[in-house]
This record gives sequence, C-alpha cells and structure tokens, in this order.
Amino acid sequence: MSTPLLSAKNLRAFYGPTQILYDLNFDMQKGGITTLLGANGAGKTTTLRALSGMVKTGGEIRFDGKLISSKDTADIVRLGVAHVPEGRGTFVRQTVEENLQLGGITQPAGQIASDIDLVFTYFPRLKERFRQQAGTLSGGEQQMLAIGRALMLRPKVMLLDEPSFGLAPLIVQEMFSILRRLNEKEKVSMFLVEQNASLALELADHAYLLETGRVVMSGPAKELSQDENIRRAYLGY
Amino acid sequence: MEQVVQQIIGGLATGAIYACIALSIVMIYQAIDHLNFAQGEMAMFSTYIAWQLMQWGMPYWGAFFITIAISFVLGYVIERAVFKPVHNAPVLSHIVIFIALFAIINSMAGFIWEFTIKPFPTPFGTKSVLGEGLLSAHGAGMIAVTGIMLGFLYLFFRYTRVGLAMRAASANPDSARLVGIRVGFMNALGWGMAAAIGAVAGIMIAPVVFLEPNMMVTILLYGFAGAVVGGLTSPGGAVFGGFAVGVIENLASFVPHFGAEMKLSIALALIILVLTLKPNGLFGRKIVNRV
Repeated sequence: MSTPLLSAKNLRAFYGPTQILYDLNFDMQKGGITTLLGANGAGKTTTLRALSGMVKTGGEIRFDGKLISSKDTADIVRLGVAHVPEGRGTFVRQTVEENLQLGGITQPAGQIASDIDLVFTYFPRLKERFRQQAGTLSGGEQQMLAIGRALMLRPKVMLLDEPSFGLAPLIVQEMFSILRRLNEKEKVSMFLVEQNASLALELADHAYLLETGRVVMSGPAKELSQDENIRRAYLGY
Repeated sequence: MEQVVQQIIGGLATGAIYACIALSIVMIYQAIDHLNFAQGEMAMFSTYIAWQLMQWGMPYWGAFFITIAISFVLGYVIERAVFKPVHNAPVLSHIVIFIALFAIINSMAGFIWEFTIKPFPTPFGTKSVLGEGLLSAHGAGMIAVTGIMLGFLYLFFRYTRVGLAMRAASANPDSARLVGIRVGFMNALGWGMAAAIGAVAGIMIAPVVFLEPNMMVTILLYGFAGAVVGGLTSPGGAVFGGFAVGVIENLASFVPHFGAEMKLSIALALIILVLTLKPNGLFGRKIVNRV
C-alpha cells in the first residue's frame, strides 16, 4: 500500500488538563473519503481540531509525508488542508464574494476569479447571493459557502465537521451528492465527521468508530455498515 | 450665528486629530480586545522623532513620511516583543503592560529630549483661510491630511487582499486561521498601522499644543471619548466620534459659565452618557460570545 495522505499515530489531545483523545491511530489514502463516526462527546470534532493544529496534542500527525503535529494552524492550511469547522466558520459580516476571496487568500491572485467560477458550477446559488452579507444566508447556503470557501484553497484534503448539521433532509442529500462529485472530479480527499452515520457510511470508503476518545472499530465503510452493533447503535435498525 | 459656524469648523480641525487617535485605538482594540492607554504616548514619541529629524536638517515632508515609516516599525515591534508573549494572559496583565509602556515612553521622551516645551513647525502657515479667524491654514491642513489618510485607509481595507485578511483576522480569528491567515502577524500589522496613524495625529496637533512629553494626555482622553461614542468595534464610527467630540467640545465653550475651563469634562461626560445609553457606541455592534 502507498504511503497514506494523512495519518495519525498515538494521537492524544487535551483541553487544558483534560485529555479528550487517547492514542488514536488512523490513516487515510489519497483520493479517499474516510469517515469518523461516534456519539456526541466521543471526540470527533476534537480529532479534526487536532489535525489542523487547533488543540494541544501529543503523538504524531503526518500529512503528505510531512510531520505537521507541531505546526501552526495557518501553516497546516497552507499545505492544502481545508477545515470546514463545526458551525461553518462563516465571516458573517463579509459578503459571499469576500468569503470566497478569503478562502483563496493564500493562493496566487491570478487564479481567484476562475476558482470562484468553479465554485459556482457546484453551488450556483452562491452566484445569486454574491454581493450579500454572508450572515443573511440560510443555513444551507452558509454550508455551501463554507465548502465553497474550502474549495478555494485548492485543497488536497477537506476536513468536514458535520456538514449535515441543522439542514433539511433534501438539502442534506444535495450536499452529499456534491461532496461525492468534488471527490471524484476535483480529486479532493475527505475526512468526514458525521452524526448521520448511514449517510456518512454511504459516502465514505473507510470508517473509524470513536467512543470516549478511543478508536473502537475500523474497516471499509461497507463492512461497518453491515456490522450488527453499529447498525443497532448508530444506524437505528 | 457666524460664531457658531466658526466654532463648528474649528471643532472639525481638532476633531480630525481626535478621529485619528480614536481610529488607532479602535484598530488596536480590534487586534487584542483591549484599550491601549499608551497610544497617545506612542504618538508623542513619534512626534519627537519627526522634530529630531527636522533638527538634523531634513525637510518637513521628508521627516513626516520617514517618521510614519519608523512609527510603523516601532508599533510592529512592540506587538511582537511585548504583547505576543502575553497573548493569553488575563486582562489585568495587559493593563499593567499598557501603564508600564505609558510611563516608559513618557520618561524616555523626557530623558532624550528634555521636558521643556518646544515649538513645532507647520507646513501650512498660520494665516486665516476662511474669513477672519474662521479657520487657520494649519487647521485646514489638518483636516485635509486626515481626510487623505482616512481615504487611503478605506481603500486599503476595502480593496486589497492584505486589508481583507486584516478585517477577517479581527472579525473571526479562528476562521481566519482556517483559511491560512497568520493572525498574529495581522495583529502586529494592525499595531504598526495604528502607530503610524498616531504619528500623523501627533505631528499635526503638535503646532497647536506644542511639543512636550505630556502633549497627548488630554488628546488621548478625547480620542477615547471619540472611540467610545462611535463604538469600539467600528473604525468608521470612531472617526465620526472623533469629529463629533471635537465639534461638541468647541460648541460647549458657548454655554455661559461653562466655558473653556470645562471643555475636558465634556469628553468625560460624553463617555459616561454613551456608555449608559448605548453601551456599544453609536455604530458599534454587540459582541455575542457563543458558549
């Protein structure tokens, strides 16, 4: 097997003196979609925050062969890691246009206009809202903007924190089909944290199950979705 | 009536200076969430640098622009050297540092240049330009210089990528990091710019109040008033607040038995009034912290 795009070895994370993650080990392959499942408080968001250097960590995180565990968030992002945070992290007072420009702020100025056009092909709605303040967008539109903004980075991997959160079922379906297209056409690898386990397992090729800060199960997404315990605890049938 | 107009125009001239100081206060407030008490002293020190350069024979505008550049660097260095290490310290630590900076810069200026009052040149002359004693040439120059500077700042923040990055870093630091913006660096840039704006204010007001280490103390108070009136979260509001305080202060000298002696109380009364009625200032927005 080739070297993984993103891997964690004995990853630990702390909020102050409280340890949240206990020796997590996982890899994800280039071009793949990996999902991290788990109940509320299992440490899913913290794992993403650890990957992008937003919490104090121990252990090793490697991205594209480079050790990134002690780097600053901005430097990790510049390597091509686009984190779409919980709550979307929209710049609410800035316009949609400015939000997209900010997504590409580390990129050469010459490619911004064409990259914005690319975002429009996936999210035509954003074009209609182009000059509007981002705070006035609906929840679904803000989620589109958050993913569009991440795309502006021309990322190698997207870290997606609950992209379905607070959205109507139809919009969630649309969002996930767009994510699949982004993965296939733009070759963006994805690391997906999701409460909606059935959706996540449908999209992902590989899955890890997190319980109270520990990986308790992992394998191909298809296998996990057949697993008796996962079905009962997370899929509800 | 003519007198009222005269006072309003005179108020705009000093208001321009208050606006500069208010703006530099707001810029640093946006970066680190605290009021920089040493802002006035930084401006005073910059003014001394300009004076020194002119003493060495440099022409006025050469000294003006070099001082702005030096002030920018000094502001940047103060942030990196003093405030970056205490970034996560409690508010009280910041306040103590501000007071220390105030005292250090103040006595350093006195030590280097002595506490005697020095005259400061104006490039605009002192003749009246608008009617008899309505507006001095220097007053008009102050308004013009401030206007040009504010115009450039507006263009910078509105149309450049660095300006956009600075706005993003102050509006939402966490999200800014997630798009790759180095927030600490942006904060330091903000300090540098605030120091440069303060330098302009100091150089412009020095011919009016004369150059001495305590020249900015009352002006800083008016600057605070302007910033609070406009709202600490709104750079445009701070500029408006600065001009408003200048005009109101000048008009107050009309009130019988109140006069010039009570001018300073006006600024303080304004701070209290605005904080009571509109705690976020006229143009400020409420900061809601998500839990």
